[in-house]
Amino acid sequence: MGTDAAGLGRGRAMAFILPALVLIGVFLVFPALWTVYLGLTDYRLTGLAAAEPRFVGLDNYAAALTDARFGSSLWLTVQFVLGSAVAGQAVLGFAVAWVARGLRTPVRRAVEGLVLLSWILPGSVVAFLWIALLDRDGGTLNALLNTPGTAWLLDHPMLSIIVFNIWRGTAFSMMLYSAALENVPPSHLETARLAGASTACQLGDVVLPRIKGHVLTNLLLISLWTFNDFTPFLLTAGGPEGRSEILPVYVYAIALNGGRLGAGAAVSFLILLINLVFALIYLRLLRARNAPPTAAAPGGRGPV
Amino acid sequence: MRLPRRPATTLGALVTALTLAVTAAGCGGESGGGGAITLTITQNAISGGKNAKGADWIKNWVIPRFEAAKRAAGQNVRVRFQPNGVEDEVYKTKIALDLKSGRGADVIDIDGIWIGELAQAGYLRPLRELAGAAVDTWEGWKQIPPAVQGLGIFEGRKYALPVGTDGRVLYYNKELFARAGLAAQWQPGSWREVIDAARALKRLPGVTPLQINAGTAMGEATTMQGVLPLLAGTGTEIYSGGKWTGGTGALRDVLGFYREVYSGGLGDPRIQQEAQGRDKSFLEFAEGEIGILAEGDYFWRSVVDPVVGVNPMKNRDRVVGYALIPAARPGAGLRGQDFVSMSGGSARVLNPRSRYPALAWELLSFMHSAAAVEAELGGEARVTARTDVNDKVLGRDPMLSFVAEKVLPVTAYRPPLAVYPEVSAALQEATAAVVSGRSPEEAAAAYHHRLTELVGASAITPA
Amino acid sequence: MVRHVLARLGVTAFVAVLLGFFALPMLWLATAPFDAGASIRVSVPEFTLANFRALLVNPFAVGSLVNSAVQAGGAAALVVVLAALAAYALSRVQVPGRDLLLYLLLLMSSIVTGTAAMVPIFELATRLNLIDTHLGVILVVSGGLLPAAIFILKDFTDATPASYEESARVFGASPLQILRHVVVPLIRPGLATIAVWTVANVWGGFLLQFILIRDPGLAPGSVILYTLYTEGGQPDLPLVSAFSLVYSLPVVLMYVFVSGRYGFRFHGGIKR
Repeated sequence: MGTDAAGLGRGRAMAFILPALVLIGVFLVFPALWTVYLGLTDYRLTGLAAAEPRFVGLDNYAAALTDARFGSSLWLTVQFVLGSAVAGQAVLGFAVAWVARGLRTPVRRAVEGLVLLSWILPGSVVAFLWIALLDRDGGTLNALLNTPGTAWLLDHPMLSIIVFNIWRGTAFSMMLYSAALENVPPSHLETARLAGASTACQLGDVVLPRIKGHVLTNLLLISLWTFNDFTPFLLTAGGPEGRSEILPVYVYAIALNGGRLGAGAAVSFLILLINLVFALIYLRLLRARNAPPTAAAPGGRGPV
Repeated sequence: MRLPRRPATTLGALVTALTLAVTAAGCGGESGGGGAITLTITQNAISGGKNAKGADWIKNWVIPRFEAAKRAAGQNVRVRFQPNGVEDEVYKTKIALDLKSGRGADVIDIDGIWIGELAQAGYLRPLRELAGAAVDTWEGWKQIPPAVQGLGIFEGRKYALPVGTDGRVLYYNKELFARAGLAAQWQPGSWREVIDAARALKRLPGVTPLQINAGTAMGEATTMQGVLPLLAGTGTEIYSGGKWTGGTGALRDVLGFYREVYSGGLGDPRIQQEAQGRDKSFLEFAEGEIGILAEGDYFWRSVVDPVVGVNPMKNRDRVVGYALIPAARPGAGLRGQDFVSMSGGSARVLNPRSRYPALAWELLSFMHSAAAVEAELGGEARVTARTDVNDKVLGRDPMLSFVAEKVLPVTAYRPPLAVYPEVSAALQEATAAVVSGRSPEEAAAAYHHRLTELVGASAITPA
Repeated sequence: MVRHVLARLGVTAFVAVLLGFFALPMLWLATAPFDAGASIRVSVPEFTLANFRALLVNPFAVGSLVNSAVQAGGAAALVVVLAALAAYALSRVQVPGRDLLLYLLLLMSSIVTGTAAMVPIFELATRLNLIDTHLGVILVVSGGLLPAAIFILKDFTDATPASYEESARVFGASPLQILRHVVVPLIRPGLATIAVWTVANVWGGFLLQFILIRDPGLAPGSVILYTLYTEGGQPDLPLVSAFSLVYSLPVVLMYVFVSGRYGFRFHGGIKR
């Protein structure tokens, strides 16, 4: 593709990429491959299996795939990701970014600051915040709704952690979309508005084509992160009765509490594979819609 | 258009270069400056935070005195303290990683129950192998009761010096007892009498009669304060003679007790399922909303203590009573006892990779001398490993002398094996199942199945 | 006109609900740090500033904020620079299999953040003599964050018109100059996003930092926060809440500053 506008050339391009690649190679690829290898052993951090780990082939995978807990955990995680990341964070994040553009600066700062604060606060503290909110005896929510004794975390564990994660993670989507919207020239929107386009039409015709790449990236990233998010454990401890035991909690129980690092590594790799499926679905969806506009080349969402 | 070969080699070269640069830049490990020998102590304690007293004791008492003693003997020894302040599991992970890679402090404070799994992994070695005959002749051994010495023993060999121990009891609220028409001095003799008292308390509005930890959210507190003392009350240990206890009659009895409590409205099933359930049970007891609570002496010292407690009770000494945990029936407990308990405690080990093992032992034994142990308490009462110190300090606190005199003689310890945490988790799941309404038989069978997966059928006591 | 008013009302209602949703859980954080007897319930505080004073005397609390700033700042600088270089090159020069490679790296980053990868990362850091150094934390964290950062930034560079670069080239600018003076101003919102995102990630990270840092004098706030628990694992809530407040505010202030100064504003063309 003739997009090498700056005359970089392949050699210089490599030089630009190399530092990042080296760092990634040493501190990401290497430990990741090592972890994948550990997944093929019965390795533990302590005990006899720490002294002499044995190669067990795909046993860890077989054990996970036949474990009913893994199955239910996977299903809960899919709900969690679709509900809190795809439907929740991505949509709300975009809405906040869109609406915030038209707000007066102090209001905008307040909104953005609050959204960001919920993302920045340490996980353990966030857990206290939400327990104080949802507690069945002294909870703020019950006081507001006048529903004393409703145990939100026990009666609606999945709903609770989904809403929690929307609250927790919307900031990233908001930031990404705000930045992306900055790249949509205001003049374009102005033209569309003067031509009498409704908000929906503006979004569909002017905004979406320009930020499609960002939408895809955002969905990929927040799904991946949500798939690996451990914080809900602090709210529900995976319970009651495992009804909110999402996969990261499952891995934690195996790897840290149970000490079975080999088995934990295997499940981590399974999570990776499931994420790959998610990524392929997003790609297909967005690419299908990407067909009409000019820059349709696979992978190269070229300059507009 | 393929990727040219060259970048691959360049990449390799760059990795090497980066590695070298980083190695050179790193702050090169131990500094053996000035001919001084440096020893390091680590503990899950930190000034201004978790276990601050322990950290301050090491910094302000142990280190200056040990260094001074060595200087007087003509040796230039420097001691450093490496504080930590994290959850126990995370601390264990760090210690294991350190020992695995041949690093770590010379003297390490750990939970006694980790000794087995660390030794099995080859991370620890017996004290005698490391420090020689000086270990056998140490004056402190005769001050430490055999049961407490057991905290530092694995497969018959001594790996550690125990720091102290604890015990579990039934706490009860005397005001609530009075309102329910129960005696202010209470000592149940059987599970039945516990249930009867709880039934009487049930009549009080807004009061949870009995809190006996259950479920997975409470974690080890369920096993230590619930399942294991109850199991001991049926005369059974979770692990003995190389075999684990399966879903036998004894375990079914324990789960039957749980069912009586939680399906009979004597306990609050929901608090067992909440992520912060244990913290909440402390808060509720302190606010007079729980009648009877099974907990360790930690609860007395650090939770409801009128001054330093997390949930201080100003009238603790007047309102909070404590009783021994009874066996199912008189004489039905472990070793034919009428009463039972469970204990744990921390212990200090030597790092096998210590460059100065003999000196490290000197430091370790110095930290366990009578004067040091007394200083460690800093005026607080606590059950230490040493009888001579206990005799001196426990008089300050009736509850802790109760633990030392009445509880420790009947107590038991958990097996220090790597698989134990997972067995414990399976026991917690069994109680969770019963609390949410399944039958004890069903829960016991599920536990048995899980246990078989964990340890194999041959390592389970035949029913 | 009516439609306009309705739209305005809709926006106002949305903003009100939004503020409520995000502020409501924060109530606890507004009361607990100032409460002598803070518990996990929101209550009218027994007002005190003693919790903050206790933090000032804590030997590690204040220093840990500096450590957090060093580690987060270092990682942010490294990630922004390396990711910008790589993203720009990847955006402008076609490398076969580039997208696939990026996806794979991205997926791998999820493994490395998990508990299972602790042992490899620790061994690696030990061999490279990176234990107990800020550099160790910065390098390990950056390695995990870079793929996502490149991913995000590539979208931004893809969306910038190449015509500016072409004209700059006509005037004899070198690729590095073009990147600095033409591309960077154009993708500034993206760079600011990456910087804030990196800081936020490092700021909250705990397990990795705890394992890599032994000297509490070098530990970041996320690690020091856990020291404010008792031996039995109970949080000292008044202290924990006060510390969290002190610990979180700098990042929010930074965001407000960065968003006002550097990013999130359209630059309709080359200004310099």
